[in-house]
Amino acid sequence: MTFTRGEIRNLFKGLAFLSPWLIGFSVFMLLPIVLSLYYSLSDYNLLQKPVFIGTENYRALASDGIFWHSLRVTLLYAAVSVPLGLFMSLGVALLLNVKLFAQPIFRTIIFLPSLVPTIAAAILWRWMFNQRLGIINGVLAPVLGWFHLPTPPWLDSSNWVVPSLALMSVWSAGNTVVIYLAGLQDVPRDLYEAAELDGAGPIRRLWNVTLPMISPVIFFNLIMAIIGILQVFDTPFMMTKGGPNRASYFYTYYLYDSAFTYLKMGYASAMAWIQLLLVLALTGIAFWSSKRWVYYQGK
Amino acid sequence: MTSNRSKSLSKVAVYAALIVICGMAIFPFAWMISTSLKPDTQLVETPPRWMPSEFAWRNYKLAVTNEATHFPLWTRNTLIIATLAVIGTTFSSAIVAYGFARIRFPGRGALFAIMLSTMMIPFPVTMVPLFSIFVWMGKHTPIQWLGTTRPLWAPAWFGSAFSIFLLRQFFTTIPEELSEAARIDGCSEWGIFWRIMLPLSRPALSVVALFTFLWAWRDFLGPLIFLQRPTQYTLTLGLQTFQSQHGSTPWNQLMAASVLVILPVLILFFIAQKTFIEGIATTGMKG
Repeated sequence: MTFTRGEIRNLFKGLAFLSPWLIGFSVFMLLPIVLSLYYSLSDYNLLQKPVFIGTENYRALASDGIFWHSLRVTLLYAAVSVPLGLFMSLGVALLLNVKLFAQPIFRTIIFLPSLVPTIAAAILWRWMFNQRLGIINGVLAPVLGWFHLPTPPWLDSSNWVVPSLALMSVWSAGNTVVIYLAGLQDVPRDLYEAAELDGAGPIRRLWNVTLPMISPVIFFNLIMAIIGILQVFDTPFMMTKGGPNRASYFYTYYLYDSAFTYLKMGYASAMAWIQLLLVLALTGIAFWSSKRWVYYQGK
Repeated sequence: MTSNRSKSLSKVAVYAALIVICGMAIFPFAWMISTSLKPDTQLVETPPRWMPSEFAWRNYKLAVTNEATHFPLWTRNTLIIATLAVIGTTFSSAIVAYGFARIRFPGRGALFAIMLSTMMIPFPVTMVPLFSIFVWMGKHTPIQWLGTTRPLWAPAWFGSAFSIFLLRQFFTTIPEELSEAARIDGCSEWGIFWRIMLPLSRPALSVVALFTFLWAWRDFLGPLIFLQRPTQYTLTLGLQTFQSQHGSTPWNQLMAASVLVILPVLILFFIAQKTFIEGIATTGMKG
């Protein structure tokens, strides 16, 4: 390959502008990734130099019951909160897309919870979920009492804790709603008019016009959810400490504990790599399946 | 064809649904404010009451001045970290984005693809090595890293993938002719960036600044790992220790503290509502 003078000058100019990122990428991303891979193959407790032990950490993980448990908890949470979040947000966005007089106010109100910093949301919901004094049971008690049903124990029960956290995550899904709404507003109006002329009712229009047209947005939200869901850490750490009986001991929580509570840096790094591979596998599946259900206009 | 009557009926149904949903969205806020103003004795009532018999504003004062908290100090720390992160991210990301958007050089496409793919790397992959890198840098350079706020804002000065991406998308929409004209007038590449691109990109720059601020304001795992002394804590980390330390939880004070943490974000939102919504919308559109 030969470059002209102008091309070489451009190369230097380009790299000069890119230099902050090139440095940052090398020091804060590439180097840590390489180190992480090396640590995952080492015995490393931060105080002594890492000692190479091959695949020992991975083999230990395979027979570590807590590892499998934390993975199960995370996937259970994902199975509840991802579909719930994706479809509820879509439903709400569809409602917000109807032309109504007070619509800007509705949109603002639904967006507000997603602004709340996690720590404030965690404290607030811990208080609301409180089995005896919480407002949720305060409201539910008379209704449930009518049917002679007990009030749910929410965060205090190992069966209820993960669904409770998933429920809370729906409250702050305003971001997703806004992204859907932007997608809905981009659907050309003449498509609806044409469909209406052809005699398509509201449900047909939703199914045959709206959903195909915003399927790329649904796909985008799905990918974001996959990347985020395996990293859930803040809310269980703040609200339940992983309990009761480790019922909300999420994957990243165990990873954090392995690294910074037990100082098993190599073990934690092996977990991190499994997490990365899981994210890649899940997004890979999503991309593969997208050929069947995502419709790109003009392609 | 749908008749007018069924159309207005369905509008009523949409109104009703939205009012119910908004009610559920508002409900926790209302309960938070209500609790934050309750005297201690009214916290344990069943059924819970919504309207405190008297407004206990002292809860706010107690939350801020409580001996277990360093609320003013934590606020100051958070503001310092957030400000440095905002300036650093916005400035460095704009420079890098300009390189990606406006300078044609071999390898640009590949580098851009690499940058985008870094957004998929989960933080746990890098957090353990980052920790040991900061330990190492503390031993081998004159600057201390661990136990200071530096790990929380210094990386921001080297661009963030998300912000670079957002700004690049915006820069590519600015007509090339403007840069050409400046180039003919003898303007340097940096001059074009500084004097033409940046002033034209205020909306995109404010989106980046706003998002970075929010991210820094609510970040938890970073401070949890890198900060060591309570006097260095951010609001998030401080409140976390406050809520987990107390044996019998002073819910009214905790709610008051939560209100105070949310308030700046809400104010920011109402000032810059358009920037917010457009910013979030574009992240979805360009994906």
